[in-house]
Amino acid sequence: MPDTADREYIAAIDQGTTSSRCIVFDHDGRVVSVDQKEHEQIFPKPGWVEHDALEIWANVQEVVAGALEKAKITKDQVKAIGITNQRETTLLWDKNTGVPVHHAIVWQDTRTDALCRMLGRNVGQDRFRRQTGLPLSSYFAGPKIRWLLDNVEGLRERAERGELLFGTMDSWVIWNLTGGVNGGVHVTDVTNASRTMLMNLRTLAWDESILASMEVPAAVLPEIRSSSEIYGTAKGGVLDGVPVASALGDQQAALFGQTCYSVGEGKSTYGTGTFLLMNTGTEAINSYAGLVTTVGYRIGDQQPVFALEGSIAVTGALVQWMRDQMGLIKSAAEIETLALSVEDNGGAYFVPAFSGLFAPYWRADARGVIAGLTRYVTKAHLARAVLEATAWQTREIVDAMKKDSGMELTTLKVDGGMTSNNLLMQSISDFLDVPVVRPMVSETTCLGAAYAAGLAVGFWSDVEDLRRNWRRAAEWTPDMDPAERDKEYQFWLKAVQRTMGWLGEES
Amino acid sequence: MARTIQSLERAAAVLRLLAGGERRLGLSDIASSIGLAKGTTHGLLRTLQQEGFVEQDPHSGKYQLGAELLRLGNSYLDVHELRARALVWTDDLARSSGESAYLGVLHQQGVLIVHHVFRPDDSRQVLEVGAMQPLHSTALGKVLAAFDPVAHNEALETGFEAITERTVTEPADFEALLDDVRARGWASDVGETWEGVASVAAPILDRRKVPVGAVGITGAEERMLGPEGLHQRLVAAVRDCARSVSRDLGAGRF
Ligand SMILES: Nc1ncnc2c1ncn2[C@@H]1O[C@H](COP(=O)(O)OP(=O)(O)O)[C@@H](O)[C@H]1O
Repeated sequence: MPDTADREYIAAIDQGTTSSRCIVFDHDGRVVSVDQKEHEQIFPKPGWVEHDALEIWANVQEVVAGALEKAKITKDQVKAIGITNQRETTLLWDKNTGVPVHHAIVWQDTRTDALCRMLGRNVGQDRFRRQTGLPLSSYFAGPKIRWLLDNVEGLRERAERGELLFGTMDSWVIWNLTGGVNGGVHVTDVTNASRTMLMNLRTLAWDESILASMEVPAAVLPEIRSSSEIYGTAKGGVLDGVPVASALGDQQAALFGQTCYSVGEGKSTYGTGTFLLMNTGTEAINSYAGLVTTVGYRIGDQQPVFALEGSIAVTGALVQWMRDQMGLIKSAAEIETLALSVEDNGGAYFVPAFSGLFAPYWRADARGVIAGLTRYVTKAHLARAVLEATAWQTREIVDAMKKDSGMELTTLKVDGGMTSNNLLMQSISDFLDVPVVRPMVSETTCLGAAYAAGLAVGFWSDVEDLRRNWRRAAEWTPDMDPAERDKEYQFWLKAVQRTMGWLGEES
Repeated sequence: MARTIQSLERAAAVLRLLAGGERRLGLSDIASSIGLAKGTTHGLLRTLQQEGFVEQDPHSGKYQLGAELLRLGNSYLDVHELRARALVWTDDLARSSGESAYLGVLHQQGVLIVHHVFRPDDSRQVLEVGAMQPLHSTALGKVLAAFDPVAHNEALETGFEAITERTVTEPADFEALLDDVRARGWASDVGETWEGVASVAAPILDRRKVPVGAVGITGAEERMLGPEGLHQRLVAAVRDCARSVSRDLGAGRF
């Protein structure tokens, strides 16, 4: 550990889906210390997922203290705190007591499926797409607020009387950090607000007409601020007096941490699922190819930067499935060993549409398929097919981005747990026909929040300063015969067709 | 029949007993089943317990087979798992040393590079994962040969080809060099494989202290060497990294 006594740092809090973490970064963007704590996943009914927001706040305080202690630094050395968070998870709390009126409804929760269909009326899932960039889906926060107000006794009245506050986890953490009932600031940043389905992408303000359609009273909503500015200072706790200076949804934070500051730069985060975001500049680009339009980031009063986003539900989760459900491997990493024991996929294609197809198809009636089976196929071929599934799904998203934006991705920056898989990274490069690069700091989500906070307090001077911190740890370059690539892609697309319409009238 | 060791035979009998039929047994059951005094049996059990081959239930005081036995039959560490565990530490090594970092394991007669992190400057570099390096001249290879007897045999059988003028080619010199490596816990290669290039490596050990691989950095001699030889801060960074990965490997699977 280097001597940390008289140096300056930025602390980033990542309030994630399964855990909360705090990472302390130095001026070079290097990780100095990490502390992390998991919280309970509450499943009250099939399809419902909740979090206890009080537990989360307690954990956040604990990991912040833990990270400072491990770094052996004091709060005076921390120049700013940045926040990044699981997106869309929705909380309502009492303004006067600071107590949540219900567990937070997590982004994965599907209880608002029927409500979303109803909200679509005769228009369908694109009813609010022009204003918000999003399709009507149970993911987003707006319908979750509506559900709470409709289903929890007395909430609507209390909301209309102005007694309740709404927030995604960024708002909850910032409000508590800055004093809670004693003057906590009630804000959210544009990236988180862009996932509520209540913000207009053109004005970056709450959209009156959508609020009316969604029956959400404006009184509960936080003020929308940029992603990088001082919202307030921490009150009490180990960071007392430190400026709270950034907030970004986790995927946007990764985009920022990967320094995708130019139009056409994109990153893909390979974890349980995969999220690909591409910077499209200061214009919001409508998607007709099944992507969503979202705010990438906004630094202070500069122009907002927009992004196109494509998400894949099942990537690392398919590897877990091979391990836990099929028992074909003992650890996730072993998938590569198994896959490397053969030369190719042996004609097998695996489309993991476990809960339907996401971007760019959005087909809820699809279910998973393994296509092309012959007696020749072994478990090793299936392991290949599993890794190729992630690579082909990436290709489909990249193709959709090209269609929507007219921009060509020149390189793909990657992060997340699956980037340790060399064969997968090579396959992605081969299938996309572009170089794939991995940065030296794998903690890009926290790094993005730290960068945005550091910019706000002048710890870093501008984004060029941040770009200079970016280091290439590895690069995979395409090495595949184009004819072979096209042939394989056609087989993949054929396999995808086989998944559709599996669920029919009888279900 | 050749002379056998009685206490080992007895220990084997205890293990067989715990493996068959009823899974948990008390001290007196075990002692009477194998026909030994309780005191002797207790001594056997305590030793087996220390090695992890037997576990004692804290409530009932009864004995059962330990987790270590399972690992014995299943001890092979997947190289891709090793890479996944090493990823953050090797990134940090490359970053703090300013040189490229490599992770190598024994494969046939050489060192197989299973992970490579670029030198953190903006120069063009090519991923060397999958490449083979010689055992007798590289820092990674010497570490493996010094700490892993199988690698040692491979090195002796393959012989000591002179790759550069500095390559050690005499078996006796090589042995002396390995003794040194074992004593100080790291190996170096100054121009012995590539002219003008130096490297440093240290062993990665699993939870049983068995060497599973080596991690190291490689760079131009003018950056790696000072008037006193290899920069001590680089050696320290490599050893820190090796220790961190080793510690991680003791933490069980993920
Ligand atoms: N070497 C590997 N090869 C393939 N998949 C892997 C590998 N290592 C981890 N994974 C997968 O990556 C996921 C974990 O990555 P992580 O970034 O921690 O995900 P999350 O943040 O979504 O929890 C798991 O789904 C796991 O199956």
